[in-house]
Parts: sequence; structure tokens; C-alpha cells
Amino acid sequence: MEVLKQELKENIIEQLNLEDIAVEDIADDDILFGDGLGLDSIDALELIVMLDKNYGIKLTDPKEGREIFASIEVMAKYISEHRTK
Amino acid sequence: MSAVYITGVGSISSQKTFDNTEFLREILTYTDNVISVVNPNYKEYIPPAAARRMAKGIKMGVVASRIALKDANIENVDAIITGTGMGCVRDSEKFVSAIIDNDEQYLTPTSFIQSTHNTVGGQIALGLQCKGYNFTYVHASVSFESALLDAQLQLENNEVDTILIGGVDEHGDHTITIHKLINHIKLEKTKSTNVLDSKTEGAIFGEGANFFVVSNKKQDSSYAEVIAVQTYNTLSETEVSHAAQLFLKDNGLAIDDIDAIVLGNNGDVKYDTFYNELSLNLFKETQQIYYKHLCGEFNTASSFGVWLASKILKTQELPEVVKLNKKSISNFTTILLYNQYRGENHSFTLLRKC
Repeated sequence: MEVLKQELKENIIEQLNLEDIAVEDIADDDILFGDGLGLDSIDALELIVMLDKNYGIKLTDPKEGREIFASIEVMAKYISEHRTK
Repeated sequence: MSAVYITGVGSISSQKTFDNTEFLREILTYTDNVISVVNPNYKEYIPPAAARRMAKGIKMGVVASRIALKDANIENVDAIITGTGMGCVRDSEKFVSAIIDNDEQYLTPTSFIQSTHNTVGGQIALGLQCKGYNFTYVHASVSFESALLDAQLQLENNEVDTILIGGVDEHGDHTITIHKLINHIKLEKTKSTNVLDSKTEGAIFGEGANFFVVSNKKQDSSYAEVIAVQTYNTLSETEVSHAAQLFLKDNGLAIDDIDAIVLGNNGDVKYDTFYNELSLNLFKETQQIYYKHLCGEFNTASSFGVWLASKILKTQELPEVVKLNKKSISNFTTILLYNQYRGENHSFTLLRKC
């Protein structure tokens, strides 16, 4: 799980071009959207594609994303339970 | 009809031109066939949250426009007109490559959204909250001149009072590779300051953003008056001199009235002959100026020429590094600019001291 969390942080920083943020700056329970890391709806689309491409998880209901992308902790838990690759 | 004045300039190029307190004091030379811009500190101008989705070309355009506005001592404009030959080519390459690499699957929105040619104009408008006329011209190497012409027509007719115009192009890896394959870029690495002596085909490619505030209200700080702009998509080598004479005549000028001519020579032995038509004949007694050894060749490189001419007219200084010949001119009043790329899309621009 720790490896997956580290991987998620690295991918989020790279794919969302979070230039001024390092892996160490993101705590596992930090809120990713809104007041937390400040991600927005376009980032949500990027994360949905990342789940599909990297872990074989297809999110069909956008509302699901709100819960799954709450934090790195929540994302890692969901991915480890649902991943197909 | 109102006159049109350049009241502020902002330039990001392969020289340290983003600092308006200097005028080509320190010259950077390169030995390469592709050169990049000297980046200002973009973070000083663009909030990190906005900057993270911006490719280099967008950042260059946004920051050059901010520098021009600051130089003109204004905070907003009535309209924004951008010229770009290739638009946001890096993001275009990114999303097209993603389509190919991922077999048309897993496509993400960001690079696609930012890949359109009018992204720069849009982002400038968003930053300024400018809801006025916003237009982007994509006309190869007359893209910038098309923007200038549009602004001139609107200002002369008093449709608006102040317009931000600019030329911006970035280079992308794939596009550079293709241009190398077809010999549009010099095969050999060439010292930029010696590019006109290279006697080989192709140019040293560059990138940059040059923005201007143009207004129908003259200020004490104005750089120059825009007298006229004329573009031709096609013009043969033998027609260039006649077109130049006609352009001057239409504006009530003769060859002797021109204090300096700014030429777009890029060291391509195949196409610099167009410039030679003017420099070896009609304008052989005129002070000749060149600049693409400083900024490289790109579709809107001629906007750097306009930046250079504006600075010369305002400061009355002619840096040694841009002199193509040696004439003793003490007063620069009228400057003619001529540019073309690979024998197509020619432009004549006439600027006069305020």
C-alpha cells in the first residue's frame, strides 16, 4: 500500500504539472480537491483516465470520483481493491 | 482618420529583451541550429495554479503582454489581437502523440484544450478580464502583420482606442525534427552571429513572443507611429523591388526618405536572395539592419523586427550587432521593414518616429 501511495503522488504531480509540489508535500490524508491541493474538475478527468490506463479501473459515474479522489489514502484503498492490472 | 502609435513593448526572445530598461546591451551568441528563448521568471507574472497548465508559448505570450502593458503604463486594453504561425504546437504534439501511443484510448483533456492557436489570446484575456474583441491570425509568416493591420484599421477608424497586439511562436520537438528532415533547419550547428556567412540552406530556428500596446492616442512615452502595413502571399524575387517602391509611393515616400531598412535575412542561401534584391540595389545607400541572428527564424520573428525598429526610433540608438552595413545616420525618423519566409508571405511595414 505504501508503494502504491508513493506511486500515486508521483503520478499526480507529473500528470497534473504540480510544478511547485514535491511528493513529501502531500500527506496521505490531505484533501486533494478544493481547499486542499487545489485540484479542479479538469484534474478529475485526468485522474479518471489515469485510473483506467494504469490500473484498469473504469469509472462510469462521475459522482464516484468525488469519493474516490478524496485523498491519497482513499484512492490507494480503492485502487488496491478494484485494480485489474 | 486617427494615427496609430506604439505605446508599449514587451519582448521575450533568445536575448534578454524582457528587461525594458536595457536595449541589447549584452548579446548572447549561440552555436546551434535551434535556439530557445531566455526565460524571464514567469512566476512573477502568472499564479502557479494558472501556470501549471500553460505550455511555454502561452507563458511567453502572457508575460510579454504584461511587460508591454506595464511599459505603456496601462492595466487593460479594448482588444487583443494575436498572430501565431504554429500556435500552441507543444500541446498539439502532446495530444496527437497520446492518440497514437495509446491507440486512441486514455485521452486526457488538458493538452487538447490548450493546443488551439487562440489559447494565448484567450489566456491573456482571462488574466486581464478583457472581454473586448479577441482575434488570432494564423497566416504563416504574415501572422503578426495581419494582427497589426487589423489593429491599425480599428484604431484609424476610432472603433477602439487601445489594442494589445503580438506575435508568438514556440518550438516543439516533433516539429523541429520534421523541419530538420526537410532541410528547413540548417543541418550544421552554426554560430548565430555568423549565420549570414553560412552559405547553406535552411535557417537557425528560434521562438519568441513580442507584444505591443498600440493606440490612437499619442503619449510622451510612445515608441513610434505605425504608418502602413502591406502583405503579399506571393511575390517573385523580381517583383520585390517594385513592390517596395510602390509601397513607399503609396505612402508619399521615396527611397531617400528611409533612414534604415530592417531586413529578415536568416542565412538561408536559397531565400536570402529576396533581401539581396533590396539591399544590393534600391537600398544599397541606406542603413541596413538585420535581427534573426539574435532571435532565430519562426513564423512571427518579424515581430522582433518591429520591436527592434521601435526601440531604435525611441532611443535613436543603433546597436552595432544589428548593422548589416555601415552608414553614418544620426537621426532615425522613418524605418521600413521587409520580411518573407522561404519566398512566401512577404510583408512591408513602415514606422516613423513620434
